[in-house]
Amino acid sequence: MPTNTIDQFTFEVNDEGFLTDRNQWSKELCEVLAELVGIEHLTPEHWATIEFMRDDSAKSGVTPTLRRMQTVGGFDVRELYQLFPGKPVKKMAYLSGLPKPVGCV
Amino acid sequence: MRQIPEGFIIPDFGKVATATQTSGTASEAATYDGPRKMALICSKGNLDMAYPGLILGNSAAGEGIETHMFFTFWGLDIVNKKTNDKLQFTMIGNTAMHMPDLGYVRPGLEHWSMPQFMGRLPGMTKASTKMMKKQMDDLEIPSVPEFLDLLQASGVHMYACKLSFDMMKMLEADLHPAVEGVISAADFIEISTGAQTIFI
Repeated sequence: MPTNTIDQFTFEVNDEGFLTDRNQWSKELCEVLAELVGIEHLTPEHWATIEFMRDDSAKSGVTPTLRRMQTVGGFDVRELYQLFPGKPVKKMAYLSGLPKPVGCV
Repeated sequence: MRQIPEGFIIPDFGKVATATQTSGTASEAATYDGPRKMALICSKGNLDMAYPGLILGNSAAGEGIETHMFFTFWGLDIVNKKTNDKLQFTMIGNTAMHMPDLGYVRPGLEHWSMPQFMGRLPGMTKASTKMMKKQMDDLEIPSVPEFLDLLQASGVHMYACKLSFDMMKMLEADLHPAVEGVISAADFIEISTGAQTIFI
């Protein structure tokens, strides 16, 4: 299992770079990772999605898909694309310290 | 933006797609080196043939790919508000029709291919449509109209085919609001410059 090190943080990742242990995640690490994926500053809107992702996956055992963010989380898909430009779900999963979602929709 | 340290493994988030190229000439196609694009042509109006395009479009958008969808011939039913919630699935002509639940009756029966004549029994299309919709619902897959809303929110570009539109005597008012316009095949060829094109 590869290990990533940045600043004071050390955490295990899979071959793609997603965290393998959600307990190695912290808000401070999340802020650092956000900078790496091009998000300079995490707003309360960013944090709301990340918190939902972590809460929901703790219950269901899987990373929520974009559709679930919409139906269960009540987030606006358009806004999610603006908050996490490019690959919204993958970026949210990454910043939440979760595996990438496996669901199709 | 912060530099990624050496030896640090990070998922490929690509470059953030910004430019939307909607015009180009034939000679540009060969040399197109902009961000990845996908063009989906949806030509079927059966329920089971509507979903592949919708799912691929949604996945492509989620991967940050500029996505264009062209609805032509029977595919127009997918974007017609009068029909898109009533798309049907028929087992006629589909030899891959199995009943997963039959496996509970006798193991192995779930792979049994249902005889074609059964599809012609009255009410069979209605029943199989209902069953497919339920299976989709169990997997939390949205209905067709809801799916179009999702695609629109995800920034997928959608167009209706002019020829089919005229042929079917469709009304502009019946088009789902996500559809950006009624365009000709040539227009779509131009829009799809440099795109990976998939015909469904």
